Amino acid sequence: MRSVMDVLPYLVAAWVFLAGCYGLATSRNLIHAVGCLSVCQAGTYVLLLAVGYRNKATAPVFSDIKPGSRPVVDPVVQALTLTDIVVGATVTALLLALVVQIAKRHGTVDPDELSELRG
Amino acid sequence: MTRRTRLWVLLTGGAGLAALLVAACLRLPHFGGDRHPYGDRAVHASLTRHTANTVSSVNFDQRAFDTLGEMTILFAAVLGCVVLLRQTRDERRARPEPAEVARPVRRYALLVLPVALLSGLYIVAHGQLSPGGGFQGGVVAATALHLLYLGADYAALERVRPVGMYEVGDALASSAYVVTGIAGLIGGTAFLANTLLPYGTFNTLSSGGTVPLLNAAIGMEVACAVVVLLARFLDQAVEIEEESGR
Amino acid sequence: MADAVIVVALLLVAASATVAVATRDPMRQALVLSVLGVVLAVLFTVLQAPDVGLSQLAVCSALTPLLLMLAVRKVRRRGREREGER
Repeated sequence: MRSVMDVLPYLVAAWVFLAGCYGLATSRNLIHAVGCLSVCQAGTYVLLLAVGYRNKATAPVFSDIKPGSRPVVDPVVQALTLTDIVVGATVTALLLALVVQIAKRHGTVDPDELSELRG
Repeated sequence: MTRRTRLWVLLTGGAGLAALLVAACLRLPHFGGDRHPYGDRAVHASLTRHTANTVSSVNFDQRAFDTLGEMTILFAAVLGCVVLLRQTRDERRARPEPAEVARPVRRYALLVLPVALLSGLYIVAHGQLSPGGGFQGGVVAATALHLLYLGADYAALERVRPVGMYEVGDALASSAYVVTGIAGLIGGTAFLANTLLPYGTFNTLSSGGTVPLLNAAIGMEVACAVVVLLARFLDQAVEIEEESGR
Repeated sequence: MADAVIVVALLLVAASATVAVATRDPMRQALVLSVLGVVLAVLFTVLQAPDVGLSQLAVCSALTPLLLMLAVRKVRRRGREREGER
């Protein structure tokens, strides 16, 4: 059990990332592809937080515990993840705006049909 | 390339990547290990600067320059959306006709709206003390505003949401962040260095030097950005249609 | 005990991410993504990251699905108008 627990979070992160990549590559709808991209992002969040976790530690917030009384998990990776979640959402919005624009200009959101149009 | 060959290329590449990732996972430090040199130093630095929420200290003090970069991405993304989703010449606006919303939904939305808005503002204000901060609180407050769309109707939402004002607010908040940074420079140290203000008493609202200021700037920026984004998308989805006789 | 909760949360994340990718209809995918967002928020809280959990809950359970749905609605509406013209 112990040895599985040592790597399971990393493997889950890798699985989520690869699943997102698969969806991204096989998608027939650009909006669905944007959704898959956010699944990929979720994989990176799981990886970052798994790296920063410490057994039997608490959250790195000292408003209700005495500093130094308990071990805390790594705040640096949490800060990285936290900013990326919000900024990632606005980038998702930008991608969706591009999709809406593509739909207006070409009348389709299927990447295969789009490449036929161009070629 | 046909779909079939493309799938094979994808599967080969995916299998290679998966093998490499698994090999890397096996060599990573064990999950839950006790060695976090950066984390320990960040906690120490945060406590010497009287910031109770270490994550906020990392975001708005120790890595404030990185947050400036993130903020720039956010600002650029919003700017891109506004440009891409503007009303073009061959489109016209159609007033959406009000639809029937179930009364319980309406009542619930109007009840939750002030609570959610206040929670958002609370989360922004207490960013340096308890879990939360500008990034989360901004999103909560901005999405809370849109409960009005459920509770009342689109016209009511448009009245409390002059999009132009929020665009100005977004730009002002970004400049406030940079100005706070430059103030550090003028104060004789470095850009965005947290040496300008006294660190205050640990675990009070005014602790942490410039952390609350930068936190508030980010909160305003994120809230305005989300409102502008949702406004543009709602415009496109609800109001703007194509000129039919083209 | 804490480990068991983490394992359950991790497996839920893996499962809902897989379902989110396998759901090909973007409207349904937006709903599955909001479920994924909530499960991720639970995982982050269990991993002692309440800040990140809060941000995940606000963004992925409300904002991202809403944006996706609005985009779908816009694209579909366009499709309908096109059909009407023909």
